[in-house]
Amino acid sequence: MSASSTTAIAGSETNYLNCERGIWSWLTTVDHKRIALMYLYTLTLFFFVGGIAALAVRTELAFPGGQIMSADTYNRWFTAHGVIMIFLFIVPGIPAVMGNFLLPLMIGAYDVAFPKLNLLSLYVYWLGAAMALVSLGIHPVDTGWTFYGPYSIKTGSAVVWMTGAAFVLGFSSILTGLNFIVTIHKLRCPGMTWWRLPVFVWALYATSAIQVLATPVVGMTLMLLIFERAFGVGVFNPALGGDPVLFEHFFWFYSHPVVYIMVLPAFGVIGEIIPVFSRKPLFGYRAVVVSSMGIALVGFVVWAHHMLVSGISDFSAQFFSIVTFLVAIPTAVKVFNWVSTMYKGSITFSTPMLYAMAFVFLFMIAGTTGIYLATLAVDVFYHDTYFVVAHFHYTIQGGAVIGLIAALHYWFPKMFGKMYNDLIARAAWFLIILGFNLTFLPQFVLGMQGMPRRYYDYLPQFADLHLASTIGAYINAFGYSLALLNLFWAMAVSKKKAPSNPYDALGLEWRTQSPPIKDNFETIPTVDDTPYAYGTPVASH
Amino acid sequence: MGHSSGSDIHGELGHVLPLKTYKTVLGALLILTIITVAVSRVDFGTMNLVVAMVVASIKAVLVALFFMHLKYESPITWLYAGIPVFLLGLLIGGVFIDDPLRVDPKNATVSVAEVGTSKASARDHAGDHHGANHH
Amino acid sequence: MSHGEHAHTLDDPQGPPHIHHMDPPTAYHAAKFGMWLFLATELLLFGVMFAAFAVFRWKYFHEFHEASSHLNWKLGALNTAVLLISSYYAAIAVDHAQHGRNKQVLKSLLITIGCAVGFLIIKTIEYSEKYHHGYFIGGENFHEFKTFLPLYFCMTGIHALHVIIGMGLLGWVATLAAKNRFSSRYYTPVEVGALYWHLVDLIWIYLFPLLYLVG
Repeated sequence: MSASSTTAIAGSETNYLNCERGIWSWLTTVDHKRIALMYLYTLTLFFFVGGIAALAVRTELAFPGGQIMSADTYNRWFTAHGVIMIFLFIVPGIPAVMGNFLLPLMIGAYDVAFPKLNLLSLYVYWLGAAMALVSLGIHPVDTGWTFYGPYSIKTGSAVVWMTGAAFVLGFSSILTGLNFIVTIHKLRCPGMTWWRLPVFVWALYATSAIQVLATPVVGMTLMLLIFERAFGVGVFNPALGGDPVLFEHFFWFYSHPVVYIMVLPAFGVIGEIIPVFSRKPLFGYRAVVVSSMGIALVGFVVWAHHMLVSGISDFSAQFFSIVTFLVAIPTAVKVFNWVSTMYKGSITFSTPMLYAMAFVFLFMIAGTTGIYLATLAVDVFYHDTYFVVAHFHYTIQGGAVIGLIAALHYWFPKMFGKMYNDLIARAAWFLIILGFNLTFLPQFVLGMQGMPRRYYDYLPQFADLHLASTIGAYINAFGYSLALLNLFWAMAVSKKKAPSNPYDALGLEWRTQSPPIKDNFETIPTVDDTPYAYGTPVASH
Repeated sequence: MGHSSGSDIHGELGHVLPLKTYKTVLGALLILTIITVAVSRVDFGTMNLVVAMVVASIKAVLVALFFMHLKYESPITWLYAGIPVFLLGLLIGGVFIDDPLRVDPKNATVSVAEVGTSKASARDHAGDHHGANHH
Repeated sequence: MSHGEHAHTLDDPQGPPHIHHMDPPTAYHAAKFGMWLFLATELLLFGVMFAAFAVFRWKYFHEFHEASSHLNWKLGALNTAVLLISSYYAAIAVDHAQHGRNKQVLKSLLITIGCAVGFLIIKTIEYSEKYHHGYFIGGENFHEFKTFLPLYFCMTGIHALHVIIGMGLLGWVATLAAKNRFSSRYYTPVEVGALYWHLVDLIWIYLFPLLYLVG
C-alpha cells in the first residue's frame, strides 16, 4: 500500500481525462472510467427529459379539470415519464455510472474483465435509447411503463419500438452485469478477500446477479408482446386463447427484482459513505453483505404481489403476500446497521453524509409503507392508488436517485479531481428533500382517500393535496437542477483542485491520484485490512 | 489420435478429456434419443411426459458435464449453471399456483361456509372447459 | 501438457493475445465464466417460453396433444441427431485446439457448421409443410390448436435464430483456426464458441420431446 500512496503524493499531471483528447478517443475508449462518464452524461440527459415529463404530469394535475393537455396526451406523458426514468435512467443508473467507475478501483484492478464488452454495452444502451426516442417521436406510447395487455396489443401507439427499446436496453444491462460478476470473481487484487470487499462492490455483485438472471425473462416477454402485435401469436391475447395475466407474471418476474437492481447499489453507496463520515467501522459488515444477497434472493420470490388484484388465485395471492414480508427483514437489517454505525460516531455533516442520512430516513418510510402494500387485505384497497405511487417514489427517488446523487457528491473529487461548492450543494440538498417530501407525502394521503393512479382528472376534495404535490415537484426539480449545475460548474469551470483523498477514507479508490491515471494504479495494490477500519490506529495510515 | 486416450490431464487452462469419453457420450445421447422416441409411440398417459422430461434431462446433463466440461469447472460455474434451472422452476411454480387454482368468478359463492363445495364445483366446471388435465 | 513441448516464445503467433489487465490463464477462465453466465441468461430467455408452454399445455391439453401429432416427429428426431452430432464435433474441436492441431479444429468446426446448415434445411422443410396447411404465422389455421402453433413457431424460430448466431460465431473461430491461431496455451475462442453451440443443442434436447413427442 505504500507504493500507491506515494503515487498519490507524486500526483503526475496525466490522468484518464487528459491522457487522450478528441471525441474519437472517447467513442473508442475501453477505459471503464471514461465509459462511466459517457453513461453519466447520457443518463443526466434522460433524467432531465424524464423530469420534464414528470413536471408536465404534475402541472396538468395541479388543479381539477384539464389544464395544459388532453386526457390522451396525459396518458402519453406519464408513460414517457415512467419508461424514460426506469429503463433509460435508473436501471442503468448507479451500476453503469458509479459501478463502472469504481468497481475496478475498489478491488484494485486495471480495468473490468471485458473492457470491449463494456464499451459494447454502452453502445447497445445508446441504440436502445435511440429506439425509445423513435417511439416517442412517431407515436408516444400510452400504456403506462408496464405495457399490460390486452391494451398494449391493441393500442395504436408505437409499442413495438418502445418494447424493442426496453429489450435492447435489457441486453445492455445483462452485458454490464455479466462483466461485473466476472470482474469481481477474477480481478480482485492480492489480499482483497471476499470479506474485505467494500459493501458497494457486494451490492454491485447482488445487482449484477439480478441483471443477469432476471433481465432475460422480461426480454423474452417483451419479445412475445412484439410478436403479439406483429404476428398475432395470441399468447397474451384472451381473444386468441392467450392469458394477459401470464404477461403480468412474466413481466413482474423481472420487474420486481428490477426494483432491487435500482436500489441495491444505493444501499452500497450509503454503506460506503456513513462509516467515513462517522469515523467508525461499518457496523455488522457481514450482516450488511448477507442482507444484500438475501434481498436479491427473496426479490425473486415475491413478484405476484404486484398482481394481487389481477384475479390470480387466492392461494397464490396469499403466498406472495406472506413471502413479501420477508423482504422487510434484510432491508431492516441494513437500516439498523447504518444507524448503529452512526451511533456514538464523530459525525461530519458533509453533503454526501446529508444525502446518506436523508436516504435512511426516506427509505424507512418507503419500507414501512411497503408493508401496507404487501398485506393482502389492505392492498386490495390501496392497489392502483396514489399510495402506490408515493411508496414507489419513496423507494426509487428517495432511495435510488438520492443514492446516486449522494454517490456523485461523494466520489466527485475522485472522478474529476475538483471540489464543488459545498454551500450550494447543501442548499440543493435541502430543496431536493423538501420538494420530494412535499410532492409525495400528500400522495400517501390522497391514495388513502381513494385517489386512483394514472387518472387525468379528480374530484374537488383532492384539489389541495394535488396542488401541494405539484408545488413540491417544482421545488424538487429546482433542487436537482441546482445540485447538478453545481457539479457541472465544478467539473467544467472550477479550478478548485481536489486532493487524492479528501475524506481520509480507506477504500482502495482513494489510494490513487484524483483523477486516477488511465490504468488506475501504477502497480496492483495489496490489501491487508477491511476498508472500514476507521477510528482504529490503522486508519491514520 | 491415441495420444490422449486414458490420460486425465488438468492443465493450467481447461480440462483435456480422452476422445473415448466424447464418443461414448455421443453414443449415449443418440441411444437416449431413440429411447425417448420409442417410448412416445406408446401411450402411457402422464408417464409419457415424465419419461420424456427425465430422458431429456439425462441428455442435458451429459452434454453439460462432458461436452461442456462442467464436471471439471469450479463450484461457482456449477452455481450459475444451476441457478437458471432453479429460477425457471420458480417461474413455472409461481404460475402454476395461480392459473390452475383460479376460481371462476361465476361459481364463486358468498358464504364462507360453502367455500368447500364452491371450490369443488369450480374444479368440475374448469374440467368441463379446459378438458381434463388428468389424462 | 505433453504437446506444449515445442519451444514457444512470448511473441509466438500461437500464444495468448497480450491483455494488459489480466494474465493469460485468468483471461481464459474469465472468458469461459463469462460465457457460462451468458448461457444462464439464454436459458432463462427460453425459460419464459417453456413456462408459457407448460401452463398452456395444462390449459389446452387436448389441443396440444392433437397439434403435436401434426408435427413430423421423424424430421424432428433427425434434427435431434444432426444437432447432437454437431455438438460432438464442437467438443472435438476443443480437444484438437487443446492439442494445438489447427487443421483438425478447422475440420471439426466445418462439420459442426455443416450440421447446422443441415438442421436449418430440415427446419425449412418442416416450416414449408406447415405453411401449405395454413398452420404458419398468419395462416388461417394458425390458432386451430389454441396457443400451440404460435408457441411452436416462437420457440423453434428463436432457436433457429440461435443456430444462425452460433454458426456465425463458430465461423469466426474457424477463420482463426485457418490462420493457425490456436495452441495448447491459447484456445479460448474455440472453447467459448463451443460452449455457446452446446447450449443451442441443450435447448433443442428439451424442445424436441416437448413439441414433437408429448405435446
